[in-house]
Amino acid sequence: MTIIKEENTTISLLKDISLTALFVFIFTTLIITISGAPPFEAYENIIRGAFGSYSKFGQVIKVWIPLTLCSCGLLYTFKINLWNIGIEGQMIMGAVFGMAAFKYIPGTCPAALTILIAFIAGLTGGAIWALFAGFLKTFGGVNEIFAGLGMNFVAQSIILWLIFGPWKREGIASMSGTEQLSEPLWLSTFTKMRISPTAIVLTVASILITAFILKYTKVGLGLKAIGSNMQSAFMYKLKPTSYMLLAMIFAGGFAGLAGTMQVTGVYHRLIPTISSNYGYLALFVVMLANYNVWAAPLVALFFACLNVGSIQLPMVLQIDSSLSGVIQGALVLATLGVQSFKTMKKKRREYNNSNGRV
Amino acid sequence: MEEFNLTILFASVIATATPILLATLGETISEKSGIINLSLDGTLLLCAMTGFVISYETNSLILGFAGAAVVGAVISSIVGVFSIYLNQSQVAVGFVLTLMARDLAYFIGNPYSRIQGPQVAHMPIPFLEDIPFLGSVFFNHNFTVYFSMLMIFACWWYIYKTPYGLKLRAVGEHPGAAFSRAINPRKSQMLYVIAGGLIIGIAGATFSLSTKAGWGRPQGAEGTGWIALALVIFGGWNPIKAAVGAYLFAFLQTMGIHFQSWFPSVPAQVFNMAPFPLMIFTLLIINFFQRESIILLAKDKPLLKTILRKLDNTAPTSLGKPYKPDEY
Repeated sequence: MTIIKEENTTISLLKDISLTALFVFIFTTLIITISGAPPFEAYENIIRGAFGSYSKFGQVIKVWIPLTLCSCGLLYTFKINLWNIGIEGQMIMGAVFGMAAFKYIPGTCPAALTILIAFIAGLTGGAIWALFAGFLKTFGGVNEIFAGLGMNFVAQSIILWLIFGPWKREGIASMSGTEQLSEPLWLSTFTKMRISPTAIVLTVASILITAFILKYTKVGLGLKAIGSNMQSAFMYKLKPTSYMLLAMIFAGGFAGLAGTMQVTGVYHRLIPTISSNYGYLALFVVMLANYNVWAAPLVALFFACLNVGSIQLPMVLQIDSSLSGVIQGALVLATLGVQSFKTMKKKRREYNNSNGRV
Repeated sequence: MEEFNLTILFASVIATATPILLATLGETISEKSGIINLSLDGTLLLCAMTGFVISYETNSLILGFAGAAVVGAVISSIVGVFSIYLNQSQVAVGFVLTLMARDLAYFIGNPYSRIQGPQVAHMPIPFLEDIPFLGSVFFNHNFTVYFSMLMIFACWWYIYKTPYGLKLRAVGEHPGAAFSRAINPRKSQMLYVIAGGLIIGIAGATFSLSTKAGWGRPQGAEGTGWIALALVIFGGWNPIKAAVGAYLFAFLQTMGIHFQSWFPSVPAQVFNMAPFPLMIFTLLIINFFQRESIILLAKDKPLLKTILRKLDNTAPTSLGKPYKPDEY
């Protein structure tokens, strides 16, 4: 009889994380050195850029909100094994629908109600856009990655067309976006950090709702069952098609919410780069969080710190702010690498055990 | 006068299509063997940066192109190793790499932004350039353009007319069957992903050394990789059809300026989105024609059958599904 040594999961997790961190640290330090800047000063600047003052940390939270919302949405689609790369376009369409609500609801309507309607509109917009990709996948047989990717670019061209065409500012059409919303339609903010309590409450609620649905409801179980084994799900009379569409609706809804949040809470207008790549970044977040609901907001916070912290790099050290993206990418890649080495090791051990070798 | 304009238009279509065309060909080769290299967009930028920086520092265009090709090969080999040997999702790895390579390009290339650098010299082909119309359209460019045109036929010939190409297609269609015919699917997939990466690298360098000479943020090559990815599908994984797609796209892009004067309210960027709806449409058609009811319908209607066969662009069957050998 062979005894399989079970590793303590917490310890092995910590081991993996430190291994990944070490790898990324070496890689980034090397890259910064190649670019001719002092690496440790760069790190210090990122930390100071993220935590240096109340307003800077407020910025971090502002990035954290859409990132977390998109990650929440992606958790549903990843659960059923869909690669919802279209989340970026879903966020854009959320912003467009939200903006449409602000634009066409008459000013006599109370501001709070208008904001509420805009949120619902944004949610619907994102969900509709996701549903398109979902239909293409389930009925058209188009891979969700290609469908989503194509829809992203279509969404991008819709927003450009709106900003330069029908919704352009009086007289001038420019990349700076549409006309600003009137001040009552902005989400109210704390004075010191300039972040909105409404947005934070909504985001935290989204995390809790996502956790609840995925862990404690039939829907969550269905998504998981189909995601892990499509064939056996059929035997339990689960309908993959409807569950896939449902997951897409959830993902699009959360992304749309994030889009509207960017309009009313951050930019107060529609700009061409309203989604700021947060949808794509959220894919990184969820992968790095290993598809865990509780880890995703933390990873999102870390990513937000990197993003905001690196903004001042060009001014202080004359290096490009895209360093944050390099670190984020390296982190995900290293995590995937460490993961696969672990599974390979485990498989080899099982194989050896089953053959009576140790 | 009219004819003269047309010549310039077509000549500029041929010239602007060059990097997109090369990227499309590189991706076609890799996808034919079954590997989706989603890192295309970022790789192009990183290679554009590498090509420019190396040429600038060493004053040698050849080294620039070579360096870019090596970088392209390295990035695609990462996709290859992760998806073929480490069992990770191709899409995940490719996607991470695309964003990371882009940021890496901006980061490392930052000191070289907006400076005058070397450029590929104009090199009309003697005698051939004197052919009226065709000469100015096809043979009055620089080396990269001729190279890309040659590559279309080289790729097509390799894939469809050589025994190696047959093996390449076999691996993409049915790696298990290829394995039983003494082909190592993993090894050949790895080989073709790297080969595709080399071509993609050259495509990137073509951007910064010829088509949109120079480096900066943004460089102007952003988004081309996604377009190339769409064109591979639009071309039905066939180098010649994909090349037609690339030229069509370049035509649209060149005409964008004219379109804009006709529809002033529509920004030029919108026309660049054309390949994406077309890609989705192509995929829909592919799937539609593979439905059993359609095949049955066309069974004894020769005309319909011919049309279907002409329109049928089947994807390599094992595209995106890495081959798993049976040993553990």
